[in-house]
Amino acid sequence: MPSMIRLRGGRVIDPATGMDEVTDVYVEGGAIAGSAPRGAKLKRTVDVAGLVVAPGLVDLGARLREPGFEHKASIASEARAAVRNGFTTVCCTPDTAPVMDNPAVVEHVVQRAGAARGARIKCLGALTVGLNGQVLAEMHALKSAGCVGVTNLDRAIMDTTVLKHAMAYAASAGLTVFLQSEDYWLGSQGHMHEGATSTRLGIPGIPRAAEIIALHRDLTLVAATGVRAHFGRLTTAEGLKPIHDARRAGLPVTADTSILNLTYTAADIGDFDANYHLRPPLRDAADRSALRAAVKRGSLDAVCAYHEPHDADAKAAPFALTEPGASTFDIFLPALLDLVARGAFDLLTALKAASLAPCRILGLPGGTLAPGAPADVCVFDPAAEWDVTPDALASAGKNSPFLGRRLRGRNRLTLVGGSVVFDDLKAR
Amino acid sequence: MACRMKGMHADNLQLDAHGRLKHFLAIEGLPRALLTQILDNAERFAPVGDRAVKKVPLLRGKTVANLFFEPSTRTRTTFDLAAKRLSADVLNLNIEASSTKKGESLSDTLRNLEAMQCDMFVVRHQSSGAANFIARQIAPHISVINGGDGRHEHPTQAMLDVFTIRRWKRRFDALTVAIVGDVAHSRVARSEIHALRILGVPEIRVVGPKTLIPAEVESLGVRVFHDLEAGIKGADVVIMLRLQQERMQSALLPSGHEYFREYGLTAARLKLAAKDAIVMHPGPINRGVEIASDIADGAQSVILQQVTFGIAVRMAVMSMVMGTQALGGADAEHD
Repeated sequence: MPSMIRLRGGRVIDPATGMDEVTDVYVEGGAIAGSAPRGAKLKRTVDVAGLVVAPGLVDLGARLREPGFEHKASIASEARAAVRNGFTTVCCTPDTAPVMDNPAVVEHVVQRAGAARGARIKCLGALTVGLNGQVLAEMHALKSAGCVGVTNLDRAIMDTTVLKHAMAYAASAGLTVFLQSEDYWLGSQGHMHEGATSTRLGIPGIPRAAEIIALHRDLTLVAATGVRAHFGRLTTAEGLKPIHDARRAGLPVTADTSILNLTYTAADIGDFDANYHLRPPLRDAADRSALRAAVKRGSLDAVCAYHEPHDADAKAAPFALTEPGASTFDIFLPALLDLVARGAFDLLTALKAASLAPCRILGLPGGTLAPGAPADVCVFDPAAEWDVTPDALASAGKNSPFLGRRLRGRNRLTLVGGSVVFDDLKAR
Repeated sequence: MACRMKGMHADNLQLDAHGRLKHFLAIEGLPRALLTQILDNAERFAPVGDRAVKKVPLLRGKTVANLFFEPSTRTRTTFDLAAKRLSADVLNLNIEASSTKKGESLSDTLRNLEAMQCDMFVVRHQSSGAANFIARQIAPHISVINGGDGRHEHPTQAMLDVFTIRRWKRRFDALTVAIVGDVAHSRVARSEIHALRILGVPEIRVVGPKTLIPAEVESLGVRVFHDLEAGIKGADVVIMLRLQQERMQSALLPSGHEYFREYGLTAARLKLAAKDAIVMHPGPINRGVEIASDIADGAQSVILQQVTFGIAVRMAVMSMVMGTQALGGADAEHD
């Protein structure tokens, strides 16, 4: 008889069905069970009263830094940090060294991920060889090796012919293209949003036009090639419109923004704080409001962590000379709850954007607590307060804009495929 | 890293618990009283340069390191002179950006300099925020003076500019000041705008083509003009900024020739300013690009006086950050 786990008395939220009620959740054989199966042997009952039970969180683009940048983080350290914070699936980016543009690197990552006993690691393969924007990567081979999509990340493909061909080829390989649209010429010289703060600090800016122009270009090619495209890390209010128009026209397009763009603005860079050095950049308050509203009404499907752990040296320099990116696994859930508390959107919408929507974008069955779904579950205490200090971060990357802040919300239990991979319930 | 708290601004970092100047990194955020104190102290240092023995012993036994990560002649020379006139020992280090890129990180470079037991760093760096970064990194007994960081600030230049303005105009509260040229790339312009605003100048204008005016610059408290003649009309002070040749390569401007035709300060244009307007320039000047020779050398030009005052202003700032601005006592000792 299969053994079974019962999560008793939690506030169960399932974004797939809209369920939000205090009830029990049963897990059996790696999947969610509808009710206590008759005759099943109960392996464990876990009292989760006062906690929220939800589908595990999903990040569509984490830099796990391995292979090649193990001085920043490793697959093991970040897969563990992920489950500590309620993530059950993490897409790793191909900007490793060597670049994940061939099956050998993918297999290496898959093998390391398997040994880590953390979150499920899904690979995003490189769209072009070496991410150089010139030669197409062997996308069929990448797909066979397990890649869930292909991307050139923030390395803009300047040659539109290459981009068009890459999209067309990905379409015929049945792969989703993950795009971070930014015009090379307008974007490459800047280090932050072009506006009052960049003028005050004297830091070369990245105008909104960099994103908007590239979105129009990329969407035009999506229409021409029919490729399924996911637009990641949108930052501008004006960029939402072409995405919206493309969807209305029936194009297979989805989009997300990052938790940091929903939380902060360029003004928060304050006095050259390199932990706010992000690419794409933080924009201003009007953009942030528009992004929040877009998540609320569903025109942005997902909210992602875009976790980018760094070593201390990467941020120990004058602002423009530091490496962009923030370590976000640890702060993602409390930051999302903070947005809910501020009224940006409700909890159901937040959890949908962080679990169900990214699973659908990836074509994965998770993101729901419906019977039969994989038992990828997080259980969190929405009221637990904690101080963000380097030591409190599970990630190897201590580069958090939240350092010094007190946050509310902490993950307590994580199940991946029905197995308890993180248990901190006694900390309640 | 842990000390880097959100919202901590340069003024907090620059001032000690008693509101005294600990570092001099940026004009932005400093109180008016402190800027006035720098100007007043500079007035008292100005005669030192006219003496037979151009020295006061205020920084005797102190070591000042000039860390120039970017080439400079004028600024470094005047800092050098200022430190020597204060009787400090001076270490001049030209740290080529390439050598720091080759391996040693900026943090490591700083550790080494700290080990040399310097008391003050004067820093020029091509990256905005560098002086700020260094002030956060180094041991607490070392003071940092920003000698220009990227496009961010050049606070001693701004102070010598307002010193010059005060010498000629006496008061700030009825002035119109026009800053003309490449504001976008200018740390001098940013520091000047802050200094003028803090000192109460009611009208600060920036004048230049759109390509050389930074985004949302009005947020700094200035009026924007794209037409030179409108921009300098009635101005009491006209500050011309240096135009770098590389602006033409990056397609910001067609040519120096066209720039001079539209934005160069000529005798005819200067007539539009107030009758007693002064003309300033942080140097080095490009004759025939941003300013006509006869204006640069003319009666209304105070460009060379700016250089002279630069030494007194830097002496004032250096003595203040070292907590030894009590010039009266030092004078007695010297005399």
